[in-house]
Amino acid sequence: MKALFRPIGAALSQALAWFTARLQNEQTALPTAAAFVAISVVILVLLPSSGLAILLSLAAVFAATNARVKPHYKWLLAAIPLVGALPYAGTQNPSLAPLMVQMFIYIALALGLNLVVGFAGLLDLGYIAFFAGGAYVYAIFASNQAAKFLPWFAEHAPQGFGGWWFWVALPLALAVAALLGLALGLPVLRMRGDYLAIVTLGFGEVIQVISRNLDHPINITGGAPGIAPINPPSIGPISLGSSTAIYYLGLLFTVLVGIAMVRLEQSRMGRAWAAMREDDIAAKAMGVPLVKMKLLAFATGASFSGAMGMLFAVKQQFINPDTFGFMESIGILAMIILGGLGSIRGVIVGAAAVTLLRFQFLRDISDYFANWGLPPAIDVTKYQPLLFGLILIIMMIYKQEGLVPATRPTVDIAALEDPKPSATGKGASVAR
Amino acid sequence: MQEQLSILPQILIDGLIIGFLYAIVALGYTMVYGVLEFINFAHSEIFMFGAFAGFEVLMLLERMNLLKTLPEFVSLVLTVLMAMVAAAAIGWTVERVAYRPLRGAPRLVPLISAIGVSFFLQDFARVIWTAARGNFHQAVPAIYTGAWNIGPVQIPQRAVIIMVAGIIMMYGLIWFVNKTKVGKAMRAVAQDRPTAGLMGINVDRIISLTFVVGGALGGAAGALFAVRYTSVNPYVGFILGMKAFTAAVFGGIGNLGGAVLGGLLLGIFEALGSAYLGPLTNDVLKGAEYKDIFAFLILILVLVFKPSGLLGQTTSEKV
Repeated sequence: MKALFRPIGAALSQALAWFTARLQNEQTALPTAAAFVAISVVILVLLPSSGLAILLSLAAVFAATNARVKPHYKWLLAAIPLVGALPYAGTQNPSLAPLMVQMFIYIALALGLNLVVGFAGLLDLGYIAFFAGGAYVYAIFASNQAAKFLPWFAEHAPQGFGGWWFWVALPLALAVAALLGLALGLPVLRMRGDYLAIVTLGFGEVIQVISRNLDHPINITGGAPGIAPINPPSIGPISLGSSTAIYYLGLLFTVLVGIAMVRLEQSRMGRAWAAMREDDIAAKAMGVPLVKMKLLAFATGASFSGAMGMLFAVKQQFINPDTFGFMESIGILAMIILGGLGSIRGVIVGAAAVTLLRFQFLRDISDYFANWGLPPAIDVTKYQPLLFGLILIIMMIYKQEGLVPATRPTVDIAALEDPKPSATGKGASVAR
Repeated sequence: MQEQLSILPQILIDGLIIGFLYAIVALGYTMVYGVLEFINFAHSEIFMFGAFAGFEVLMLLERMNLLKTLPEFVSLVLTVLMAMVAAAAIGWTVERVAYRPLRGAPRLVPLISAIGVSFFLQDFARVIWTAARGNFHQAVPAIYTGAWNIGPVQIPQRAVIIMVAGIIMMYGLIWFVNKTKVGKAMRAVAQDRPTAGLMGINVDRIISLTFVVGGALGGAAGALFAVRYTSVNPYVGFILGMKAFTAAVFGGIGNLGGAVLGGLLLGIFEALGSAYLGPLTNDVLKGAEYKDIFAFLILILVLVFKPSGLLGQTTSEKV
């Protein structure tokens, strides 16, 4: 068996090495990346319901954005699958657009959690609570729920606000989530890692219990059955309710969150977080205001989560407390651990991989087994917690820095002294 | 008001019983924390496996028709002992596989691994019992179904079992840690690991042993839980584990007596809270629904105002 697999493995890794070398070579990078993108797009258009085709086109996006080409080519190459091919395939395969929106939501959530855990080193196991906050802020007033406890709504807008509410609720959701983050951050300021983990875990549970029971004495959250249907957002008279429109909305949100993350990491705040994560006492001695920085980390991370919660409510058109369970928090943690704690690229890869695995490949495997006549009790799609647990354990034991480790920008001193302009390299990976 | 007060003794008894369960589980948390300064997140799932092991033993006894013929006491002891053995084995394996390779790594690393183990074990139990018995919610064969009535207070026999077992285990553990040679080695490792190693103590073996003893305690608590509440599922450990951890922090983590005190107080507070929150707020808030929040509030209050707990010593953080 081993003798059979070894040559295959060797050939695969050699092909991968050849491919990465071509992507890193300035002469060959552009044609290689363009060819990869073109091939993946053709396959995706021909086979819009294949999970592997989706994976391939995402891999093409990743390869293009990491190739050594000029930035505007990167954006252009990445945009072909993301803006063109995937939404087009989504019109052929009705489950693709929701899958991609879910992936965007998870990528943004993972980036947000990465800010708290990866940048600032604060282990937060209740991250989904802020997500719930954002979702409820939008959903309560964009459905018939508000009319159930506010007489004004019963009179004037029994079906809740229209699509314009989305744009008003967005800053509101950011603020509510940030306030929740502060509320969680204040009592846990002095705690170290382990205590912080368990308190945030408890906080997540509390938010779930409250949202489940706040249907009496006044019915605010709709209790266990939740809120449905939720009105879609709109721009003026144009409704954004179609799955393609929500896809583009999700893409926009995620790109914005990604840009914010890259900017934050290198900002004064990001550097203060890194200092705090590595050694909080030394950071304090260097003048980093620990209290302020911790609270900022919680509040910023939480506000990203709140915004994505809104998008989730829009996508599902339905929310209930069960959607915001502990498993989601752990799922997001598994994404950032798989990709690489503190690594923005890694976190995106991890989130995309875990989402594809959860919502596409587990189902494919399950269908495959079902054809074999395995008992339905052994349903592979339910194995998600098992999967998350295994990801966390295996990554911690064998590859703590993740699949795409974080890098720190370094200054190439030789290049500075040498007047010849050359790209500033990225330094060696920093394991933590 | 009169009516509210008349149920007070029953509430206190019920709180005390659940408090003993918290206390036994909290002992497991606090032991591991004392030695490794690390929260064993998987302890709650070891408890859950103990509950399932107890359930399997009772099912086996029932199928062999021994449950009716054997004295109840023998069934109980068999159940608890087998659950202890199974849970100790799991505790040992978890330490060996998921924690030992990570010793000396940054704090977050073993913590994340522990969360992974906890999640894995929970779902693993679901998979096993779904495959083996068709459903992961299982009813446990009942033993000790009687109850004593003292005035208005009803004390089920099962409750007394939990109290007695809790007291035995607590004293057994305190004796083990303070009076035996192995216990002394354990305290030495807790105090200063490298120095203990230099004194000829096999540190790895002592840490393994800590997990075995902690796991056995968790397993016993699980079996008692199965006997008391006559139903098990893979999710019984999660909330109970969190409360037991709260109890350990409340009493002062690392302190065995503190874990027991914290568990009992937490059980009583929780029972009082869930019984009287409704009447106090004119039934606006129902106590039973917010029961799980009391423990969390206590945890926050303790960590903010007295992080060292009731019986813990204040330690300055090493730099």
